Amino acid sequence: MMTESEKQNIQRDFKERMDEDELLNCMRCGFCLPSCPTYIVSGYKESQSPRGRIALMKAVYDGVLQPDDEFEKSLNLCLGCRACEPVCPSGVNYGHLLEEARDIINQNKKHSLPVRAVRNVVFKQLFPKKNNLINITSLVGFYQKSGLQKAARKIGFMKLFPDHLREMEKILPDVLERKTLKQRSEYFPPKGEKKATVAFFSGCLMDTLFLETNHATIQLLQKAGCEIVIPKTQACCGALHGHSGEKELAKELAKQNIEAFGKNEVDYIITNAGGCGAFLIEYDHLLKDDPQWSERAEKFVAKIKDITSILYELDFHKQFRLSLPEQVVTYQDSCHLRNVMKTSKAPRELLRSIKGVTFTEMENADSCCGSAGIYNIVEPKTSMEILDQKMEKMKKTSATTIVTANPGCFMQMKLGIEREGLKDVKAVHIVDLLLEAAK
Amino acid sequence: MIAPDIKREFINIVGEENFEDSEVERLVYSYDATPNFQSIPDAVVSPRNTEEVSKILQLCNENKIPIVPRGSGTNLCAGTCPVEGGIVLLFKHMNKILEIDEENLTVTCQPGVITLDLIHAVEQKGLFYPPDPSSMKISTIGGNINENSGGLRGLKYGVTRDYVLGLEAVLPNGEIVRTGGKLAKDVAGYDLTRLFIGSEGTLGVITEATLKLIPLPESKKTMLALFQDLEAAARSVSKIIANKVIPATLEFLDQPTLKVVEDYSQIGLPTDVQAVLLIEQDGTPENVSKDMKVMEEICRSENAVSVQIAQSEEEAEALRTARRTALSALARLAPTTILEDATVPRSEIAKMVKAINEIAAKHNVKICTFGHAGDGNLHPTCTTDIRKKDEMERVEKAFAEIFAKAIELGGTITGEHGVGAMKAPYLEWKLGKSGIDVMKSIKAALDPNNIMNPGKLFAKDTRKRVVISK
Ligand SMILES: Cc1cc2nc3c(=O)[nH]c(=O)nc-3n(C[C@H](O)[C@H](O)[C@H](O)COP(=O)(O)OP(=O)(O)OC[C@H]3O[C@@H](n4cnc5c(N)ncnc54)[C@H](O)[C@@H]3O)c2cc1C
Ligand code: SF4
Ligand code: SF4
Repeated sequence: MMTESEKQNIQRDFKERMDEDELLNCMRCGFCLPSCPTYIVSGYKESQSPRGRIALMKAVYDGVLQPDDEFEKSLNLCLGCRACEPVCPSGVNYGHLLEEARDIINQNKKHSLPVRAVRNVVFKQLFPKKNNLINITSLVGFYQKSGLQKAARKIGFMKLFPDHLREMEKILPDVLERKTLKQRSEYFPPKGEKKATVAFFSGCLMDTLFLETNHATIQLLQKAGCEIVIPKTQACCGALHGHSGEKELAKELAKQNIEAFGKNEVDYIITNAGGCGAFLIEYDHLLKDDPQWSERAEKFVAKIKDITSILYELDFHKQFRLSLPEQVVTYQDSCHLRNVMKTSKAPRELLRSIKGVTFTEMENADSCCGSAGIYNIVEPKTSMEILDQKMEKMKKTSATTIVTANPGCFMQMKLGIEREGLKDVKAVHIVDLLLEAAK
Repeated sequence: MIAPDIKREFINIVGEENFEDSEVERLVYSYDATPNFQSIPDAVVSPRNTEEVSKILQLCNENKIPIVPRGSGTNLCAGTCPVEGGIVLLFKHMNKILEIDEENLTVTCQPGVITLDLIHAVEQKGLFYPPDPSSMKISTIGGNINENSGGLRGLKYGVTRDYVLGLEAVLPNGEIVRTGGKLAKDVAGYDLTRLFIGSEGTLGVITEATLKLIPLPESKKTMLALFQDLEAAARSVSKIIANKVIPATLEFLDQPTLKVVEDYSQIGLPTDVQAVLLIEQDGTPENVSKDMKVMEEICRSENAVSVQIAQSEEEAEALRTARRTALSALARLAPTTILEDATVPRSEIAKMVKAINEIAAKHNVKICTFGHAGDGNLHPTCTTDIRKKDEMERVEKAFAEIFAKAIELGGTITGEHGVGAMKAPYLEWKLGKSGIDVMKSIKAALDPNNIMNPGKLFAKDTRKRVVISK
């Protein structure tokens, strides 16, 4: 429960910090409603739509509404998928409003002791420091192993975390190849003629649980003619922090990354996780009020590119004869890759170019799968409802391979396949599939 | 506030989960797409069927609780803003298509069906429901009927009114009436169907509608004519009609509108011309090419700098979709966008365009214009800032003059967006006192306790009429 003084402080900070122009920019046309997964899955509740959430934020800003638990709930139930942005003709930056609002609420709320302890572990110890992450493994690894359905259905994430820290450690050796990571070189030469110099943002989850996929990414970049550097001092992108109301920590990580990637002259900074890429590409917004960093952030941002974009632009799919055994393939967009990085054509074109692949577009492929960062742990009910709807659409494609472009989506698709008991269907990260096709 | 015993009765009717009165749930139904209107209802009720609607209306009638029926809240006249509190009535459960009758060419549906979903469903059977308001991807049939909405295809095919054959409506006393039916002809008594159309939720609640369908046209062509002179574009519109060609679509966009629409849609619209006409014709391929040719010549005779035909259906659809975003896209320009809906006889469209620009200049406000030019229905839209008081006053004056000018040209204050709370003060300008009196007596006969959407249509005071200096 929000206390009276918390409510007042939140209200005060809304007045001080929320961007009034952005709030006013929503003209309430409702064009975003059909694209919002929570609006649909809630049975068309305005309080779970983008237009409704903006109106609520504005009402708190205007002093018309006192923030309360229900207000917070409405924002918590938002996936942060930002599907409401590309469809908004007035160009409302909903994601920025949400992030600011969540930060204000979080900074003003006194979390209970165990929740504080967990937040401390996750946000200050685990994610900013890759070594710690390597040692404790990740949420997702734990999540995968401990049987998500049972745990997530019963209890929320914050309650569940401390009890299971030991369990997490137990599953560690299975998922991690610590040695491989530590031995990885910081430099990889291009295979054949050099076409571009790139830096690789290797991510935290990607560099632990999905190390294979990172290796595949490097190999693909090499084949495409990229000279690659992997700055050692790079940090977590900060997305988890930014989306959970830990904006100051996110800023610190942003600065660390800008510093780390500023050391080498490169054409692009490549990511292979839509969620990270989208956060990196908005560092300019994150640091806009910091005169020492804003300009550097803009330069950094201009270089961010998803792996699929660069492969497509360098004509990787024309250069190599990609082929796979006959199969029907479909693609689930990563929300942030699509809605924030505006990358949706490249992955599809790459898949279409593979011989043996019949690409079938899934209805509502552009709509969130319900993974949404840690949403599937924090809001399991809504997440599973969204996932079930997604799997219905998926089954209609009769695909045996679901391709994703972000670790969260990949896990969620696996979970969906599991829940549906689809024995012949597999989920893959696009990078792994492309490498297989190029071999 | 709803008294606890009445709240219990509401819950008895619709169930716990369909009655909401928390701060958050009430706040999100305090607005619609109309700027500068907000008022919080006392509760939000979502009935599941006609019987529940009937019981709710009885309960409200007995206790004199205002009812605001609400579709998707996209109206532009503060039609669903609960200006006098009361309950907001939602149709999220009543959103089914009940029947598509391929023998009688009708579709029967509940009020909460989304317009575009209905259009898609009938098109799958080779049938056509023409009314297509720009908001169709989210607007509801109930809302369309109650605003008598038009759309891009209105010129040739008419507006919502022309497709409503029958209705089921619940009156404020709870009685259920059925009007019309699957009939091509019906003169049994007063035309109650038409009475409800465009009634803005002030007479009763529509719980079912039977709509007319027509066969899908065989083919369709889309073209864009570019002009460096605003009035020449407008003259082309009048000339096309005068030449006895009735295109399916004849839309007008001025340069500032083009710029924001292109900004959003990025489909390569020209932004270096003063105005464009988006023209479409459908029908047999021969007739379509013949009409397109005539229209092209007319545009060229008015010095169109270019006339291009869309090369594919995708390109055509991109143009239509872009046009539909015009209003929301204009919101990019300024914190507040206030749009009007003045409509004039088609022959007067050029005069109206000219007058709008003069009035904007006179009051020093920025007005962008787009709209259903072929219907004589323009949407002069003012991009402004609600926080600037003196500017808002000028905007108000400019719009009052635009209304007055439209009426002077034989037009009306609203062609399709309705009166609501927003234009209520101007209604008498168009209707005159006797017109208002007739409407008030109809309202009193059906809704003696004034529970249905009170504060809409009829204003407490009529705005003093402005005299335009010519
Ligand atoms: C971007 C944009 C573009 C638009 N373009 C057009 C356009 O091209 N043409 C056009 O005509 N309009 C247009 N509109 C206006 C608006 O979309 C239409 O008036 C639409 O019909 C409203 O539908 P709705 O479901 O949102 O209804 P609402 O706004 O929820 O309600 C409209 C009215 O209908 C009443 N109502 C709703 N359901 C019922 C019911 N079941 N029984 C009784 N009364 C009911 C309400 O009380 C209210 O008075 C546009 C609006 C926007 C925001
Ligand atoms: S966010 Fe954009 S699309 Fe959604 S209601 Fe506001 S202006 Fe319209
Ligand atoms: S971010 Fe996603 S869930 Fe949140 S309001 Fe936008 S569309 Fe809905």
